[in-house]
Amino acid sequence: MSLALLYGLAGIALVAMGLYAALAARHVLRRLLGLNVLGSGVFMMLVALASRTTDIATRPDPVPHAMVLTGIVVAVSATALGLALLRRMHAHDGSPWLPEDRDDDSP
Amino acid sequence: MTGMPWREGLSLALIGAGALFFLAGSIGVLRLPDLLSRLHALTKADNLGLGLVVGGLMLQASGVQEVLKLLLVWLLVLFASSVACYLVARSVTASIAGSATYSGARASDDSPVRPAPAGEPAAGGDGGR
Amino acid sequence: MAAEVQVFDAVLVVLLLWLGWRALASADLFKAVVQFIVFGLLLSLAWVRLGAPDVALAEAAIGAGLAGALLLDTLARLGRSGAADEARPLGLTPARTGIALAALGLAALLVAAALTLPERWPGLAEPALQQLPASGVSNPVTATLLNYRAWDTLLEIGVLMLAVLGVWILEAEPALPRLAPDPMLGLLLRVLLPLTVIVAGYLLWVGAHAPGGAFQGAALLAAGGVLWHLARPLSLGPSLVLRAIVVLGFAVFLAVGVATAVLGGGLLSFPREHAGAIILVIEAAAMLSIALIMVALFVGRVRAPSETGAAEAEAAPAASNPGAAP
Repeated sequence: MSLALLYGLAGIALVAMGLYAALAARHVLRRLLGLNVLGSGVFMMLVALASRTTDIATRPDPVPHAMVLTGIVVAVSATALGLALLRRMHAHDGSPWLPEDRDDDSP
Repeated sequence: MTGMPWREGLSLALIGAGALFFLAGSIGVLRLPDLLSRLHALTKADNLGLGLVVGGLMLQASGVQEVLKLLLVWLLVLFASSVACYLVARSVTASIAGSATYSGARASDDSPVRPAPAGEPAAGGDGGR
Repeated sequence: MAAEVQVFDAVLVVLLLWLGWRALASADLFKAVVQFIVFGLLLSLAWVRLGAPDVALAEAAIGAGLAGALLLDTLARLGRSGAADEARPLGLTPARTGIALAALGLAALLVAAALTLPERWPGLAEPALQQLPASGVSNPVTATLLNYRAWDTLLEIGVLMLAVLGVWILEAEPALPRLAPDPMLGLLLRVLLPLTVIVAGYLLWVGAHAPGGAFQGAALLAAGGVLWHLARPLSLGPSLVLRAIVVLGFAVFLAVGVATAVLGGGLLSFPREHAGAIILVIEAAAMLSIALIMVALFVGRVRAPSETGAAEAEAAPAASNPGAAP
């Protein structure tokens, strides 16, 4: 097994976990955590694909690295905006769950 | 560097000892009864462990510049983690004394910290400006 | 760095997957966030193992540091009621089983696709490295970010601006109760902030020929700004200077793009002899902007103490009157 395959499979597992949490969780903060883990999984897949060049110590493929750098920054800005919206929703409605998820026993 | 076997052996011994200190600190966090003693064990053991690891790495460094960078790393972590430990301890003792409240403060099951009931305004919160 | 799988990699992958799952499934959200921060730090190790030190720097500072600070701050503001969640937040209910199957199906497809890919693939490494002398820098990642794919980076800075705009549009929030300012925190800042500025400048400069660059430097400056705000709250009100700095990075980048489109060989194609200097100017402006934007994202919009009296009347628990507009 090569390094790329190991981390590529790990990235796929993170994508699956993050996707499930982002869709299935009800607390919005948990959804945001899920989106972040999903993003990290995608980044891991990209960097693993980039490491398939013959000599990753000195000559890895730089284009996926640049994409992942961009992705990290965009992910944190989206998370920041999402958290601000969560705080606003909680201040307005008193609940950190989305309206369609709330039922009788929501916080 | 040049093959001086004692240098590599000493380096490995130092890094190993550092790892043992980290392990000791982690065991302290898991086994000690309350927040303050856990904080004490963790900070002391981890700082010393990092110092040993950095010492071991210095022996394998490729030049004076790298040695100085490693020393700077250790000093900065020492400084920052000590201040962080102090700040956490201060907030814990302030909570116990009841002089401040933190919304969302969480007490673990066996911790002596009892956060003040939510909703009370912080009386001494912004004083002392 | 060996390119062969070692025991370290297996241990790291297992830890990453376990921590990732715990970060998502822990019922206590505080624990989940802490596990997420540790996950981010271990992820930096994974980037180093995969030969991506620039990404490792950014992940440690932004992905673990800044994102962790944002999450913890939000958790504190949500309070006891807002941070509570159900006992098994990701437990399988009939509704969630469908989602779980879909996620597993996607994973299976991706695994099947991954197994068909060749083990060695040159990718774009050769063309990127061949054009490096003409790009103005000698770090291939910096060359890609600021020369080959400069358009993407320009838009990325635009995305950051949109995010901070979104945060500023929202209603101002009451400030968190804080302990009195502590002399130790002041000491920490007096020692760390000048060092932070020096190291950020160093990262900006060294990014041209070694791992580093504008984003990593900006993340470091942002960390310093967040520390400052925690010690002595900043009020980043909508002043002209603030807006100017926020816009500066995007404006300089766009100006260079327009100049190259009008005078030179096309949008954002830098002439060979000036490429290095142009990249440095863009990076310096971008670093200042991005650092301030990240601090602004953390600080948010805090209601000034003078407004607190009036605001408390209108911020009455909305559970009793959910239709009340702010």
